[in-house]
Amino acid sequence: MSARFEPITGRYMHLDLFGRPHRIYVEEAGEGTPLLCLHTAGSDGRQYRGLMNDTRVTANHRVIVFDMPWHGKSSPPAGWHDEEYQLTSAQYTTMVLEISAELGLDRPILIGCSIGGRIALHLALEHPESFRAIIGLQAGAHVDPYYDLNFLHRSDVHGGEVCGAVVSGLVGPDAPDKERWETLWHYMQGGPGVFKGDLYFYKLDGDIRDRVAQIDTRRCPLFLLSGEYDYSCTPEETLAVARSIPGCEVTIMKGLGHFPMSEDPQAFLIHLLPVLEKIGRS
Amino acid sequence: MIEALQQRVNDDQGLIRRGRYLTTTFLLEVGATSWLISIFEGRIVAVTRGPFVMPSAAFALRASEEEWKKFWSKRPPPGSNDLLALIKRRALKAEGNLQVFMSHLRYFKEALAKLRAEGAAA
Repeated sequence: MSARFEPITGRYMHLDLFGRPHRIYVEEAGEGTPLLCLHTAGSDGRQYRGLMNDTRVTANHRVIVFDMPWHGKSSPPAGWHDEEYQLTSAQYTTMVLEISAELGLDRPILIGCSIGGRIALHLALEHPESFRAIIGLQAGAHVDPYYDLNFLHRSDVHGGEVCGAVVSGLVGPDAPDKERWETLWHYMQGGPGVFKGDLYFYKLDGDIRDRVAQIDTRRCPLFLLSGEYDYSCTPEETLAVARSIPGCEVTIMKGLGHFPMSEDPQAFLIHLLPVLEKIGRS
Repeated sequence: MIEALQQRVNDDQGLIRRGRYLTTTFLLEVGATSWLISIFEGRIVAVTRGPFVMPSAAFALRASEEEWKKFWSKRPPPGSNDLLALIKRRALKAEGNLQVFMSHLRYFKEALAKLRAEGAAA
């Protein structure tokens, strides 16, 4: 026998979100301090497979990742076929808090990337008491649209092909091919209009520039880590957020791009492990 | 240098296969110099240097010589490593019928990266 099983287990959680029944796919691995992970726009929880398979993380952390509704193995709620999906700050906040509560997590560490990094800033501002620390990856307060988002969802452009191609340059130059292309594959698998609907939050509704300086890191420590090659949320944008928040710790990760945990987990862990250690000591 | 595009693209069977439904002509501007690049079913059939009196193209990609030089370097710096990175910085202008460009975005990114110094990733 040559088969090998990973230590990750997956379950489906049934719960009502925004007044509608949802079936949410949740994976976890490890034991210890809960570490709740949020994936990027248009992708799913598979992005955290590297963390969930690394004993340096799982020896002391219960790592949990869920696929947001409409993503991965969390199908859209009934009635989706007549709607346009658009993620809002209010929905995203509710989703994270309710899933965390239903899982019985006691003040988890939150880690989120891109849109997950943005909502991490919202949660640091509005719900610091719910988390023992917040880690924002590729987190900026705002991103202006830099291409016509309608191309992500129109019948004369293949959605999977264009979503993968739009983000391909956001992967850093040193990412191993296997991880680079799996990261892009996740994008190619997204449902019609889902990436675009997530970007409604990222580029329009979730703008937090005028409030980000109000985050109080004494109530919840905040760590920002951003990849050098990310042109969606640039290092400069992350540094600007960090400079405006007293006590915020920031790391610019050389050579990495927009998907650090997914495009090059080993390189990312060099930066993440000291942060987890520091949170563990406090 | 731009002429090298034809052979480098046509030698890449994977790129040709992914471009098999792409037939178009686009305008590439490198500073003041313009080029018409014609593609038939994924293969580049002509690379013609301007100036042109009435260039006819589906769309145009326009950037300064300096910006293309960075894009075509062996290890482009952050912000210069991808067509969309250039577009975000407003260093590259994409104009015209961009449905052709966006529906074959991977093709155009990888084709233009063929002009990078040897050893660079697409």
